[in-house]
Amino acid sequence: MKKHFGLFSQYLIGVLFGLGLIISGMSNPQKILGFLDLAGLWDPSLIFVMLGAVLVGLGGFYVVRKRTEAFFGGAMHLPKRRDITKPLIIGSLIFGAGWGIAGFCPGPAIVALGAGHLKAFVFLVAMLAGMEICERFFSAHKKPI
Amino acid sequence: MHIDWLTFTPIPSLLGGVILGVAAVLYVLLHGRILGISGIVSGLMHPIQGDRAWRIVLVLGLLTAPLLAALFFEIRPIVQIDADWFAVILAGLLVGFGSQYGSGCTSGHGICGLSRLSPRSLVATLSFMVAGFLTVFVLRYVIGL
Repeated sequence: MKKHFGLFSQYLIGVLFGLGLIISGMSNPQKILGFLDLAGLWDPSLIFVMLGAVLVGLGGFYVVRKRTEAFFGGAMHLPKRRDITKPLIIGSLIFGAGWGIAGFCPGPAIVALGAGHLKAFVFLVAMLAGMEICERFFSAHKKPI
Repeated sequence: MHIDWLTFTPIPSLLGGVILGVAAVLYVLLHGRILGISGIVSGLMHPIQGDRAWRIVLVLGLLTAPLLAALFFEIRPIVQIDADWFAVILAGLLVGFGSQYGSGCTSGHGICGLSRLSPRSLVATLSFMVAGFLTVFVLRYVIGL
């Protein structure tokens, strides 16, 4: 029974996160590009999104940090690595380049697909292909997190 | 720097950001995991027994968020995708590869990582922000797309 509540909770959190992306305007690629375009007419909205999210997150993760078990059971799966590596930086730079081309990152693209946008679907298929290419040919960097 | 006051949405963006933060904190508290969309999606491609249902359900939550937002809150997400098909595919490949190689995206590194004061996530977030700024600058003002 608890397992089913757990899955329902996963669903609700997915919905909540999606609502957050919609309300904040971040499900709109044009708004992301408006933020990334410092030289043009600049839309600083994304800063306010991060401000709201991280202020809540700082408090929340601080409270959670000493827990050893999740509410729905199982150990906490929190990353423990602290090493700054080349794959971390290179991967993030490549991610940022892709983000700057279309204004999409994974969460908003899934929400945009849910809103019926075919280009979001194509983006997500290409994204899965990109992940697979990394897994197949560049996974030697993998260490436990 | 000129702020685009017509598109700037500080209040909805702050509110949406708070919702994103609440979702991330609920997720770690209830399920003991980082709410990182790229990692949750990429785990679907090489599923381990018993490790698939929760990922699918969470993605379903994101997918149905626009429908639920319309039904219950009468909010319709604005999604304007200016990129052409080629750009959408290229962006998807880069975002997929980069998030996998760099161990995270805007949700895992950006929201959760910064909230956890993770040095890796701070470096990753700065990296993809800088790459995003540069990419938009090159595309719009150097190449002139």
